[in-house]
Amino acid sequence: MISILLSATFGAQILRIAIPYVLAALGGAITERSGVVDLALEAKLLFGAFAAAAVGHATSSPMAGLAAGIAAGALVAGVQIGLALWLAADQVIVGVALNLLALAGTRFLLQLLFDEGSNSPYTPGFGDAVLGNPIAWLALVAAIAVPLALRHTRWGLRLRAAGDRPEALAAVGVSATRTRLFAALVGGALAGAGGAQLSLSVNGFSADMSGGRGYIALAMVILAGWRPAWAAIACVGVALGESLRIYFQVADVAIPRELAPLVPYVLTLVVLVVLGGKRRPPPASLGK
Amino acid sequence: MRREVATVGIALLAALAIGSALILVAGRSPGHVWFAMLARTLGDPYLFGQILYKATGLALTGLAVALALDAGLFNIGAEGQLTAGVLACAVVGQALPAGTPAILAIPACTLAAALAGAAIGVTIGALRVTRGAHEVITSIMLNAIVVGVALWIGNAVLFRGGATRGGAIVAGAELPPLGLAGSAANASIVIAALCVGGMWWLRARTTWGAAWRAVGRDPAAARSVGIGVGRVQILAMLGSGALAGLAATNFVLGHKHAFEEGLGRGTGLLGISAALLGRLHPLGVALAAILLGFLSVGGLAVNDLVPKELTEMLQGVVLLSVAVAVPWVRRRWAQ
Repeated sequence: MISILLSATFGAQILRIAIPYVLAALGGAITERSGVVDLALEAKLLFGAFAAAAVGHATSSPMAGLAAGIAAGALVAGVQIGLALWLAADQVIVGVALNLLALAGTRFLLQLLFDEGSNSPYTPGFGDAVLGNPIAWLALVAAIAVPLALRHTRWGLRLRAAGDRPEALAAVGVSATRTRLFAALVGGALAGAGGAQLSLSVNGFSADMSGGRGYIALAMVILAGWRPAWAAIACVGVALGESLRIYFQVADVAIPRELAPLVPYVLTLVVLVVLGGKRRPPPASLGK
Repeated sequence: MRREVATVGIALLAALAIGSALILVAGRSPGHVWFAMLARTLGDPYLFGQILYKATGLALTGLAVALALDAGLFNIGAEGQLTAGVLACAVVGQALPAGTPAILAIPACTLAAALAGAAIGVTIGALRVTRGAHEVITSIMLNAIVVGVALWIGNAVLFRGGATRGGAIVAGAELPPLGLAGSAANASIVIAALCVGGMWWLRARTTWGAAWRAVGRDPAAARSVGIGVGRVQILAMLGSGALAGLAATNFVLGHKHAFEEGLGRGTGLLGISAALLGRLHPLGVALAAILLGFLSVGGLAVNDLVPKELTEMLQGVVLLSVAVAVPWVRRRWAQ
């Protein structure tokens, strides 16, 4: 068993599964650090997956699909910010509503565009080799660049100020709203790329294919104390758990198959309960 | 009160406009589709009954979300609480000896549903109050966990012969149908109506209601007048979970008479829309539940004209419209 767990194919599988989680979590960390609650991650993944599949199918180009997925994620973020900041709607409700809308909206579009109830037609993907997958490279680069950018660049400083002390940002003449919009667009683009990986890796979109990954990614962001690097590592942990489940299923080890997928949820709860108030606090102006 | 009516009115107009735009996208005439939706559902006793069936479940999960939100907690976990209720209700109904009279069987199953939902709800409330774990995150986690565990229990113990359906509850526990052309509408609508009335009374006429709404408006102010904020929040989540669990009576006792995988799914999430559209007022929640029930049944009724996903989208659109209309009306009123 050890030899299988250490094998290259198993490692590649973990990375493949981790990509959507990591990209969504990095996107969520950026958005939340700027002070906007990002429950809509699920909607960004789902619309990203759909757009990637639809455009990839129409153009026969996975690259064009990836670009469409990125654009769709950013578009959802733009709508989210427009409603939550300019129209002052409750951020949590906007997130829940966008997720509802994504679930029904992608199926509505499946009907309109392809006359199909739950699956889109064939879309070319990037293949199974992790090293040949540009989304994998994007995830890797983002996992290194996002934490550095947040800490060391002027953009990152302003973004964090928008999340913690928006009035201080206003005092130096920078609009907190515009800073948050830009942060959310970048965050949405990353989550949209994660969505593109979901559909391109299986050569097509299927209804509800995000399957709660956005929620898990957000939970990992919170667990990591809103630190993107730790959130990305936590997401690789989730992917390891999922790979082990697939392995156990194949190896027919006696774990109830209904309970194995619950491990990340239970783990999140346990960490929340055990650490309680000792965790890093959220950005001071999150959701305000 | 007038402000709330204005908010809902604006939100519904906005949703109607967006819905009409979606119908145009689908290549149909909005007037024609809306009229067909009304005429077909209201003119057909079966579809009318289906609306009542949907509304019964939604009213209870809507009240659950409203109760928690009144106390300042966003109970996104009604979905899991309902699933726990469905499981408990069906298991108790199945375990009762054959020939148990209705006067014992129905209360036993109803109590089981409420207790199971309350257990999940109070867990969320206690984690929030004692450990500072945000209820939205713990709710999402518990929703997934409860649904997964229910499926596991179903597969391991309850489901028979390859189907995802457990054994039938005893005959005495079945709630009679309302007799609307074989629709699923059933006597659990009485339970929902009692809860609406009870919630209205608690909320408007008792110190309990005053306390929990005070906590929701301003926890610090509530604390300063001697209200135990943590205790109120935990109790509110207990009640909220119990209401969501009670929705199981509609699905198990009134309709399916057994535990089924996915039974009632979506009713908990849609309860959020019902609560917000009803502006947390029990009567408002009941009306919102009927409207949302109409949308989901109406969507099926006009599926030959536009994809039924369109009305599912509308349920999200309604939620968004309310979220936008609330601050908009508040600004207008302040001027």
